[in-house]
Amino acid sequence: MAIANYLYLSAILFTIGAIGVVVRRNSIVVFMCIELMLNAANLAFVTFARINSNLEGQVVAFFTMVVAACEVVVGLAIIVTIYRSRRSASVDDASLLKR
Amino acid sequence: MINLALDVGTTATPESYLFYFLAPLSILASLGMLLVKKAVHSALLLAWVMISLAIFYIAQDALFLGIVQIVVYTGAVMMLFLFILMLVGVDTSDSLEENIPGLRPLAIVAAVGFGGLLVTLIARATFGRPISGLSTANAEGNAFGIAEQLFTRYVFAFEVVSALLITAAIGAMVLGHSQKTRSQFAQRDLSIARFRKGELKDAAGLPSAGVYALHNAVDVPALLPTGKAAPTSISKVLQARGDIIESADFQMKEEEEEK
Repeated sequence: MAIANYLYLSAILFTIGAIGVVVRRNSIVVFMCIELMLNAANLAFVTFARINSNLEGQVVAFFTMVVAACEVVVGLAIIVTIYRSRRSASVDDASLLKR
Repeated sequence: MINLALDVGTTATPESYLFYFLAPLSILASLGMLLVKKAVHSALLLAWVMISLAIFYIAQDALFLGIVQIVVYTGAVMMLFLFILMLVGVDTSDSLEENIPGLRPLAIVAAVGFGGLLVTLIARATFGRPISGLSTANAEGNAFGIAEQLFTRYVFAFEVVSALLITAAIGAMVLGHSQKTRSQFAQRDLSIARFRKGELKDAAGLPSAGVYALHNAVDVPALLPTGKAAPTSISKVLQARGDIIESADFQMKEEEEEK
């Protein structure tokens, strides 16, 4: 099996996550799709670390994980705050700037 | 020409079995994430994708990252997601109608284009040097190798990330803190609100579930004096979940005879 297959898998997962961000309306599911995209990028980093025979890709993937954890904490807090004021978790309902 | 990349860096057979078993499953699970209606099911499918990615990391000599992936992602992050799902409510399943017309086909076309671009890009790439794997880099253990990189070359990034973690924690606390803008509703306030609502028939409170029905449970609507079901007698949460028993069997039989 070619090592590039991991890169294909990573590209496919990233694309699926991107579709999810655009198509789904529930803000929590949109957030989970963003996590899927981050994970796909991490898989590419780990694969490139192996291709280049050094650990720098893994270190970058580690940093991505930390930043993703921060992003989840703050993002979910924002979702809860919006839910508290607007009683909805749909991304379409947070549209005050449009009016 | 396109298959140039496929010749470079083939992996051992057991790993290819693992890949061909897990990769389709993870793609199916991520597709299912888009298609299932309930957010909880999406969360479970995402947890499956993350676990299979952790297995891929371990298969690719990234033992430390594989363990961190399981502990941080499927442990902490997915638990946080499920926790927020419980907090935000069960009635927030996606509305399936499109608010922006033509968004869905457009998104699919754009995604196929983007994915095709990425895949052909990978297919046309050549990796240049031969792949020797991570056995020399991992000579003293994967965690040791990563720690060596982390605390020498990337030590500044490491410190910045620690500042980011503290900022995120404080930010979440600030966002989560809610100041009470009014005093809590007491029984007296609720009673006054009921009388001022306009309809005096609700002033005595809503009927409780199962009253006068032939079956007494929280998911059976109460029966009004006319013998019809009163939908207001069931908790809003059960209504949102759709956990209501079809009450026709429990209603008074006389109603049918009158017809």
